[in-house]
Amino acid sequence: MSWGLREVTVTRGHTEALAGVTVPVDPAGVTVVVGGDGAGKSTCLQVLAGLLQPSLGTVLRPPKERIGYVPATAGLYADLTVQENLDFSASAYRLSGADYRQRAHTLLEQTGLGPARRRLGGQLSGGMQRKLAVAMALLHAPALLVLDEPTTGVDPVSRAELWRLISAAAADGTAVAVSTTYVNEAARAALVVLLEDGKTAASGTPAQILDGFPGRLGVMDGAERPGPLSWRRGVTWRVWAPEGALPAGARPAAPDFQDAVVAAALARQRPGQGG
Amino acid sequence: MVFKEFRELRRDRRTVAMMIALPVILLVVFGYAANFKVSDIPTAVVGPGATQAAAVLNGSVFHVSEVDPAAGEPAAQDLLRDGKAVVAVVTGAGAPRVLLDGTQLFSVQTAETALGKMASTTGIQPQVKILYNPSLSTSWVMVPGLAGLILVFIGTLITSLGVVRERQSGTLEQLAVMPFRAWEVIAGKILPYLIVAAVDLVLIVVIGMGVFHVPFAGNVGSFALGAALFLLVTLGMGILVSTVSQNQGQAIQLAFMLVLPQVLLSGLIFPVSSMAAGVRWISYVLPLTYFIQVSRGVMLKAMPLSGLWEPIGLLAVLAVVVLGLAIFRFRRDLAPSSGKERAAARSGEPVAS
Repeated sequence: MSWGLREVTVTRGHTEALAGVTVPVDPAGVTVVVGGDGAGKSTCLQVLAGLLQPSLGTVLRPPKERIGYVPATAGLYADLTVQENLDFSASAYRLSGADYRQRAHTLLEQTGLGPARRRLGGQLSGGMQRKLAVAMALLHAPALLVLDEPTTGVDPVSRAELWRLISAAAADGTAVAVSTTYVNEAARAALVVLLEDGKTAASGTPAQILDGFPGRLGVMDGAERPGPLSWRRGVTWRVWAPEGALPAGARPAAPDFQDAVVAAALARQRPGQGG
Repeated sequence: MVFKEFRELRRDRRTVAMMIALPVILLVVFGYAANFKVSDIPTAVVGPGATQAAAVLNGSVFHVSEVDPAAGEPAAQDLLRDGKAVVAVVTGAGAPRVLLDGTQLFSVQTAETALGKMASTTGIQPQVKILYNPSLSTSWVMVPGLAGLILVFIGTLITSLGVVRERQSGTLEQLAVMPFRAWEVIAGKILPYLIVAAVDLVLIVVIGMGVFHVPFAGNVGSFALGAALFLLVTLGMGILVSTVSQNQGQAIQLAFMLVLPQVLLSGLIFPVSSMAAGVRWISYVLPLTYFIQVSRGVMLKAMPLSGLWEPIGLLAVLAVVVLGLAIFRFRRDLAPSSGKERAAARSGEPVAS
């Protein structure tokens, strides 16, 4: 059974927070919703988790008992210990006895939080808090795991550990939806939905998005930004020519997934292309 | 810096409201409500000479509301106990006996002065007896009221902070996604505070009795019923404050705006009957006004439940209205599922909306 959003529109006042967005979330796979701040990622995941009702469209989700959700604020109790936070999640999902103890033990091992089980949630580092929040959401082995920017503001090591957890959950058969602002994180997803201003800028597997790269890509050196259709990668500039030839001085280059995502986002922002 | 501050302030409407509204409220309260002087004392006159005595008393600070020549002293005491009168004059053979309700400190002081003047002009020296608080102890009157004030503080402020903290940390969103029913979340949030407040109430009453020798003359059950209803109102106010506050600072501001009028207008300090009619109506919508009637009535006057039906009934109405509104708004925060979703969740089927 596949979950997700189909042609979902969310209206807030006179503005559309989401406009006809489709986000498929398949079991044993990770769907990454990627976009800048205010693109509609959190709204998307809130609709998927059942926190927001869409104005239009269809949402397919399992019953509440089979959903795991981590809000962008991590959503754990600062004045409870790691173990007490897990105990609370377990009681909410009616888990108890040996099954719970075994599951909690496995998750504490996977997250490396075992030695910190008596520490208060508020005393954990940002990365540890996110790992605990994901562990709490995974405790009841949900059919659908919804994670709102779990890696934002987290150090690279903790980010890698969080992604290991997410991948392990997907490998166990869970359908996972993750939002992120980091394009490189989307490259490992089964499906990517790129949001720009509440609309879908690109959607598909990373390979499909890369294949759909429109126009030509070049590389340029220099301190000055070559033009509006360019972005920095390392010490060089990527220059994108949606149609026609590359600007003078640009060396042709093969786009990677990150270039494809940036170009798709820029394409929506171009006059006459957005909306 | 100054412009920046004004710009920020302009967008923080609640702080502006508090900075402007609070001085206005204080002025109105102190100008019209804060009045220790009593000019109208509800008085009952009983006994064979009731009609003549009423004629003498009328026109002074005594407002004779009950005249019953057939009744005697027990009936007069009942009128005082049930709050129908603050002064009861019992006429008959010999000097008239005047009974005073000692829980109404300012009225009693005014009545004693007026009686003294009357005695010197008429030559009639009444026998004065102060009931319920014979030594006119301030702490006897204040402790039952302070108990209520502390419950307002816990119920409104601490509860609202607890719920807002949940919203700020994102756990309220988490709770909304968890398979809890709305009433389970609300009961789960309210019950611990209800228990803590109840323990607090017992402590305050016990300390009041032990340290200040405040009597507990009445029925514990009647007191508990009034306190439970009152607590539900204050907890409801706490939840209500939390539903319109985005952070703990806003919750504190709003809770303060709800607590302050109760301190000044509930009859805790200033007698409600002395307040100007224009602000007195505020007293009648404040739950502390009714709790004070119950706590003073039960603790000092041993009022039976039958005499307390009015404040207890009004507390029950306030509890239903305030808690109902709070639950209605809090449910919206929890993004309630539609009926279709609940049905699907029960059957374990996937949900489409």
